Amino acid sequence: MPKYILDRRKFLKRSGQALLAVGAAGKVMFFDPDRSWAITLEVLDEAGARALLAMTRTLYPHPALGDEYYAVVVEALDAEAKENGEVFRLLKEGVGKLDGARHLPFADLSPGTRTEVLEELEARGDPFFQKVRGATVFHFYNNKLVWRHFGYEGSSWEYGGYLERGFQDLGWLPDPPPEASPPPYFG
Amino acid sequence: MARFALDDDSVVVVIGSGAGGGTLANELCQKGINVVLLEAGKRLTLDDFVNDEWAAFFQMAWLDKRTTSGSWRIARDFPNLPAWICKTVGGTTVHWASASLRFQAHEFKTRSVYGDIAGANLLDWPLTLEELEPYYARAEHKMGTTRTEDRPGLPGNNNFKVFYHGARRLGYKVVHTGRMSINSRPYDDRPACRQIGFCFQGCKIGAKWSTLYTEIPKAEATGRLDLRTEAHVLRIEHDRSGKVTGVVYVDREGRQQFQKARIVCVACNSIESPRLLLNSASNLFPDGLANSSGQVGKNYMRHTTGSVYAVFPQPVHMYRGTTMAGIVMDEAKNNPRRGFVGGYELETLSLGVPFMAAFLDPGAWGRAFTRKLENYSYMAGLWIVGEDMPQESNAVTLHPTEKDQYGMPVPNVHYDDHPNDIAMREHAYRQGRALYEAAGAIEVYEVPPYPSTHNLGTNRMSEKPRDGVVNRFGQTHDIRNLFISDGSVFTTGGAENPTLTIVALAIRQAEYIADQMSRGEI
Repeated sequence: MPKYILDRRKFLKRSGQALLAVGAAGKVMFFDPDRSWAITLEVLDEAGARALLAMTRTLYPHPALGDEYYAVVVEALDAEAKENGEVFRLLKEGVGKLDGARHLPFADLSPGTRTEVLEELEARGDPFFQKVRGATVFHFYNNKLVWRHFGYEGSSWEYGGYLERGFQDLGWLPDPPPEASPPPYFG
Repeated sequence: MARFALDDDSVVVVIGSGAGGGTLANELCQKGINVVLLEAGKRLTLDDFVNDEWAAFFQMAWLDKRTTSGSWRIARDFPNLPAWICKTVGGTTVHWASASLRFQAHEFKTRSVYGDIAGANLLDWPLTLEELEPYYARAEHKMGTTRTEDRPGLPGNNNFKVFYHGARRLGYKVVHTGRMSINSRPYDDRPACRQIGFCFQGCKIGAKWSTLYTEIPKAEATGRLDLRTEAHVLRIEHDRSGKVTGVVYVDREGRQQFQKARIVCVACNSIESPRLLLNSASNLFPDGLANSSGQVGKNYMRHTTGSVYAVFPQPVHMYRGTTMAGIVMDEAKNNPRRGFVGGYELETLSLGVPFMAAFLDPGAWGRAFTRKLENYSYMAGLWIVGEDMPQESNAVTLHPTEKDQYGMPVPNVHYDDHPNDIAMREHAYRQGRALYEAAGAIEVYEVPPYPSTHNLGTNRMSEKPRDGVVNRFGQTHDIRNLFISDGSVFTTGGAENPTLTIVALAIRQAEYIADQMSRGEI
């Protein structure tokens, strides 16, 4: 899991600048310039990782969230492509479509042009588009660190649920009468 | 726990351990009848449950291949997931939100009350509310339903608070935390609810009723239950006289077994139950078992549903506490002046961020969509559940070419909305929107139906054998020792969440089976 970083301005500036290198153990690493996050790639190359990273962010843009959250999706797609040759081919061909759409690598296009390119793929019913879109909905929003950004607290049973932790703490409306909402039972 | 021999033809075989099958098995065992309960899924414990939407989904959802067709949006967005139901001991009672509502009297006689609705295959139930009332009472007692007997209602959470005020300002009268089979006080050796907020993922403390930790262990304690998990039934066999003789299933090790039976009860939910009957076709029954009416698999209903989520200027944190925390019942009556027959309930609902991303607007992307999600902690939400029209063309059929892991044809689920369903949903969206605007909403999202949780009607109950598959006790018209024991027997769907009715029918069916056995009729 990439490291969680807090400096919003810094990673906005860096967005889309990730690099690829072969690490000491022979693993291919994909990381941002100051190495605040890195993922390991098994089968995707640098062009593929950069295009997919840009695609995931263009699909589900959250300006306050850094590339490391989107890199989780790229890592998951890479892992799936390693297991499944069909997925590998789909991604490889799809990256070709992305990078071939406007004479520049997809990651170097403006956000507006990237959106246009993706709209064109979607309109054609492109399976690569749907694959990456589905994977992003699943992996990006299934990240506990991303949940914090949305104010979602996740698993609660280990804290005794919300019975004594704010399940009825909304203060901007009066409490409903007891016949509609009886008092809680604390045991 | 008991073990019965494969060639023991004195046992009752129940297929499926959910609200229908789990309850029926226990009721039969309590009456001294030996039961082999075959469940396709694994047995989970409370310790196995996780407060994590996708992890729990992959732990318990029925994910065997299914296909879809028709104009419903599910066929486009979730073509292989028509239904959101479970493959685990306890079936969908592990996942259910636990709203436990009785049908209204008129909902048992919709053909008489609603009249002839073009395109709808309406039929009166061969059963009245009055006849079912004592069984409803026993079901509520069994399940510990709140606001019945002396059990208080549950406390409302933040989501309910918003819902309540909007509803009251809109003029609704019957608004409260509902009749829920979640303990508001300790009951039946299970604790009171801790407002954990993951009812759909399996209740970690067992405060919510599920056959997994109520009916099934009680049945085991009688010494008359032989529960076989990861036992996937392929077909039901019969003799030359047409009586069923037992079932062929694949066991945990992948071996085919044949379990003999005196009686077979099918309780596999409204997709798998008709599929099993259709997959059991033989020379004697070329159209599938119990299908002389041609109605097996037909009249598939899934309730007219949809959700409304609204954004408020101040935080709500709707995910804290019971997933379904309150109800408006004012729209449940039949009032054709609204432009449709039948009625609907409004019930609060909450999804976590992972499911909200998947279901808020399936297929949507881009900044307009992500901006909505960023409002998550300011959202309140409700679910619409209304009576949909039975239509003969809405059907579970066998796929002509696709096969499952055992080589059996997979089910295809076809659904088109009836004009009455559309009119009802539009009315409910308007009312849901008005409710939240009355509470001060700054944005409202109309959310399309999720994969179906209320699957009904595909082996419907009828007075006359030509109109349906089973009689008033769930006994098939064609085969005396073959019963259907789940929501597929619903003649029509009502506006209410179906589980309480499924449980009441199972209790009643157990009495009938025991009586028929003791008389030597079966």
